[in-house]
Amino acid sequence: MSALIELSGFSKRFGDTQVLREIDLRVERGEVVVIIGPSGCGKSTLLRCLNGLEIGEGGLQFAGEALDAGSDWSRVRQRIGMVFQSYQLFPHMTVLENILLGPLQVQKRARAEVQAQAEALLTRVGLGERAGAYPRELSGGQQQRIAIVRALCMNPEVMLFDEVTAALDPEMVKEVLDVILDLADGGMTLLIVTHEMAFARAVADRILFMDEGRIAEEGEPQAFFSAPRTARAQQFLERFSYLQNVPRRK
Amino acid sequence: MTFDWAFLLGTLPAFFRALGLTVELGLIAIATSSLVALLCSSVLLLRLPVLGVLVRAYVELARNTPLLIQLFFIYFALPSLGLKLSGYSSAIVALTFMGGAYLTEVLRAGIEAVPRTQVEAGMAIGLSRWQLFRHVILPQAGVFSLPALFANFIFLVKETTVVSAVAVPELLYTTKNYIGLYSKTYEMLAVMTALCVLLFVPLSLLFRALERRLRHAQFGS
Repeated sequence: MSALIELSGFSKRFGDTQVLREIDLRVERGEVVVIIGPSGCGKSTLLRCLNGLEIGEGGLQFAGEALDAGSDWSRVRQRIGMVFQSYQLFPHMTVLENILLGPLQVQKRARAEVQAQAEALLTRVGLGERAGAYPRELSGGQQQRIAIVRALCMNPEVMLFDEVTAALDPEMVKEVLDVILDLADGGMTLLIVTHEMAFARAVADRILFMDEGRIAEEGEPQAFFSAPRTARAQQFLERFSYLQNVPRRK
Repeated sequence: MTFDWAFLLGTLPAFFRALGLTVELGLIAIATSSLVALLCSSVLLLRLPVLGVLVRAYVELARNTPLLIQLFFIYFALPSLGLKLSGYSSAIVALTFMGGAYLTEVLRAGIEAVPRTQVEAGMAIGLSRWQLFRHVILPQAGVFSLPALFANFIFLVKETTVVSAVAVPELLYTTKNYIGLYSKTYEMLAVMTALCVLLFVPLSLLFRALERRLRHAQFGS
């Protein structure tokens, strides 16, 4: 059986800037892949190419179907959930309306069935009581959990998380990461871009380290974090260990 | 010179009918212009090939020619092309022609104020371009546009005075009529001004209150 996502020689440029260079990547069903790397390395662009928010060049397949600029992206996106750094809930809709929009309008499913699923998912992320609230009435962590539910309610086959805790206070990071861990435990295929190294280590089946538009190194999280092979990855990880262990002032 | 109160009171019934007609024309123009603007801005947003160019041309033409000329064209020139419209119909068509263009510009500005990231969030759940417009962009653009939209509504109602030029018996026509017949210039202009204040000040206040309410209902403080 083919991989769920397969990239071969995939590149993306914005004008003169080459953001992704000849990426080769296979993601199997049920796999949790965490992408890390310095800012500007192309990791967010990589995620955005997977659901057609950016169109690159080269081989891109989803569940065996080749995708390019001419593909029916609306249909593909129903199978690929995406969560953004800044939540992007629709401010003029209640939590429930945000969640139901896709299933009702795009998938044309029955309201009763979708609503039952939405309520179950809300309860699962600990927000069963907030279905009637507007986004502005919720904290960042709550909004991000709603955004995850909004994507999940489409019954996607993979979820893309683009730095979903980067805009959150430290105390709200946990509530969002717990939801993602829960999804990973449930066997959902996940692609996660994050700067939370401890979380990456805990949740990943595989780490991709990106640098200057390439996958510079990949491997099992234990091996990668304890003994990175490339100098660039070593350098990158040192910075994070510095932050956890800032020397005392003199 | 004395202020002729008795004469003034005698004309009031006619002035109230005229005020009613002004309000009626204004409301119809607001409704039809909004409809035109909605259609035109969807064409612009959806980047429809040929229609897009036509809409741009229409907006520029309508915004850069005086309403009076547009009205004369519709009322006096169209009959020679075989299209004969009454003064009342010409008034509605002219006001819609101009108002639709102005409101299209207002909506376009509101649409551009909707963050790109909101559109992407809608795309990510598979919404089509039309669904994005209807469910994500338009409701937010509408709220962003409210202050300018309401200002243009009031502008449109005020512009109804122009249609006095084709004998539609609204406020200005009635005023000029009495002045012409009885030379009571001072009294008639005073009545007209008072009625305008009576109409537009509450309208402005209503719109301002509405704007505050809608904004709060949708985005919070």
